[in-house]
Amino acid sequence: MSTDMNVVHEMAAKDYEWGFVTDIEEDRIPKGLDEGVIRMISAKKNEPEFMLEWRLNAYRYWASQEKADAEPKWANVHFPPIDYQNIAYYSAPKQKKTLNSLDEVDPEILRTYEKLGIPLAEQKLLANVAVDAVFDSVSVATTFKAKLAEAGVIFCSFSEAVLKHPDLVKKYLGSVVPHTDNFYAALNAAVFSDGSFVYVPRGVRCPMELSTYFRINAAETGQFERTLIVAEEGAYVSYLEGCTAPMRDENQLHAAVVELVALDNAQIRYSTVQNWYPGDKNGKGGIYNFVTKRGKCLGRNSKISWTQVETGSAITWKYPSCILQGDNSVGEFYSVALTNNYQQADTGTKMIHLGKNTKSTIVSKGISAGHGQNTYRGMVKIMKGATGARNYTQCDSLLIGDKCGAHTFPYIEVKNASARMEHEAATSKIGEDQLFYLQQRGIKTEDAVSMIVSGFCKQVFKELPMEFAVEAQKLLAVSLEGSVG
Amino acid sequence: MSLLEIKNLHVQVDGNEILKGIDLTVNAGEVHSIMGPNGSGKSTLAQVLARRDAYEVTKGSILFEGKDLLEMKPEEAACEGVFLAFQYPVEIPGIGNTYFLRSALNAQRKHRGLEEMDAMDFLPMFREKLKLLEMDDKLMNRSLNEGFSGGEKKRNEILQMAVLEPKLAILDETDSGLDIDALRIVAGGVNSLRSPERAMLVVTHYQRLLNYIVPDFVHVLVDGRIVRSGGKELALELEERGYSWTEHEPVGARS
Repeated sequence: MSTDMNVVHEMAAKDYEWGFVTDIEEDRIPKGLDEGVIRMISAKKNEPEFMLEWRLNAYRYWASQEKADAEPKWANVHFPPIDYQNIAYYSAPKQKKTLNSLDEVDPEILRTYEKLGIPLAEQKLLANVAVDAVFDSVSVATTFKAKLAEAGVIFCSFSEAVLKHPDLVKKYLGSVVPHTDNFYAALNAAVFSDGSFVYVPRGVRCPMELSTYFRINAAETGQFERTLIVAEEGAYVSYLEGCTAPMRDENQLHAAVVELVALDNAQIRYSTVQNWYPGDKNGKGGIYNFVTKRGKCLGRNSKISWTQVETGSAITWKYPSCILQGDNSVGEFYSVALTNNYQQADTGTKMIHLGKNTKSTIVSKGISAGHGQNTYRGMVKIMKGATGARNYTQCDSLLIGDKCGAHTFPYIEVKNASARMEHEAATSKIGEDQLFYLQQRGIKTEDAVSMIVSGFCKQVFKELPMEFAVEAQKLLAVSLEGSVG
Repeated sequence: MSLLEIKNLHVQVDGNEILKGIDLTVNAGEVHSIMGPNGSGKSTLAQVLARRDAYEVTKGSILFEGKDLLEMKPEEAACEGVFLAFQYPVEIPGIGNTYFLRSALNAQRKHRGLEEMDAMDFLPMFREKLKLLEMDDKLMNRSLNEGFSGGEKKRNEILQMAVLEPKLAILDETDSGLDIDALRIVAGGVNSLRSPERAMLVVTHYQRLLNYIVPDFVHVLVDGRIVRSGGKELALELEERGYSWTEHEPVGARS
């Protein structure tokens, strides 16, 4: 190994900056999962009967799946079996009464978000971003509610939506990701404790970026949040989620579900900067990020774009997908997934073309360093009725060092002869000659590496909202420190 | 003190000795040409001076302004003022040319204790240099060398040199792959950068380039050794008689 690469290697396995624990009194239920637990969660949230029924239904399905050992095993990731009875399914910061404003949020929690660089106090917000903050299992604060309400946009925690907008929840919950979709989606449907809810009415362009910040704090708990976004005819919304967790030696399970629904001429942009704790440099600890995200382009000319920057988690299992049901609808997936040390990622997308002249674009950039294993798994399905469908797929892998791996599993299924498909794939190593070229001009090794990597990811970064593109770039540089083995 | 002082330099690549005892002294303001047949070690010498670490120095020393160049990392050598115009400039997708060049300049300025240059100061200077190399500024919005023709890449090397203003510029086969117009432009760029403070090492195996960039000294490198040194006339003689005569006649026999 050249000394240049050694320098990259030594770029100090910098500590995970977000690994601190907030000391706060929790309200948590004992470990384990049965119908009683589901009823307890539902009762704690004062849920109406329909929600409890929905959860129990999902739980029964999940329990049957677990009995049948139907946990998905096809992904290119390896981990010891999860003991689902050894997880606490609900943890919330203890609060004495219902919160009416931010001032009543526990200052310890506010400080946590401040430390994470997420100002919740509205007056401090320079960027035009409304934030919903989910701490362990519950939403603790949603900002800019008033301004959004003026535009008719509903942006609140999922629990609040269940109580205040039960009709909307009833109509759309599970309509994109039914509880029978997969093992983790079933588990989520049974035990999810909170999440975000967005409803943008007809013709409204949401006046600001919406953002949810997820934080796991408590030990030995799982986090199961659920997000539902509905854009009515001609509506537009851009939504961003970020996530971090403390450093712990045990693995923690995060199984979220996100459902998006876009009606005629509506557009939803969903961006993720995922930075759950990845485990230490020997692969101990870290979050299992098993997430189901799917959008339905229900209406004509609707559009859903997923952009994700995945740098955290010990294991990522995630395939944000689009069902292109409306004619002329468009689905997009832009992804940067980075695995360093012993991280494993199996991620990609599914584009299901049902409507006529539907179009999808997939741009996936996988970066593997250390002993990281990075898998792209994508499916493009053109159904019989999808005349004139088009797909463009580009999936590139960048290897840093010689102990990591990149894998690609593209599935293409075409049932309509008029479809046009393009697929490009490339794998490259950070070339010693590229590094040397930059160094010869006076640029330090670590800066040269991060320049090459951001260059590689540029196509994806430009899809992120401006203020997050910068953050994502920085995150990538930090995540790559100590990368080459 | 000389700018560059190479003494008894021996270099191996993968266990094969490529340079077998090079002695060379270059003073500020001088242009030296290193000529020689393919495989004689010209590019190796250029790469060693730029501190590429695939090359193992087994004996000898290199002083740059009295400092031990062999102790420097590539980026340190660059910041001290050693510039290599590459024979095969690499393409790096996603990094804009202008952004790259400004980052490089600022890295070097920082090293020298100068303030970083912001875009407002950088751009006017940069535009001047573009004109010098007769380059379309649209090229600069593209990624580094990506989709550039062979000639454009070489011009881009000289553009970078013009912006970075090194003390020692090493031109490795800068003429290869250039048509006659591009050669004229590149040579014009190089000549405009000649100055009493700057030295150049022009590596080439054709005399053609030296019609445009007239050297003060010519050295003939054969099989890892400098077998002959002289003035610019030596290049013409080489062109006429080929490299083989230098191998058969002792140094100085024809003087």
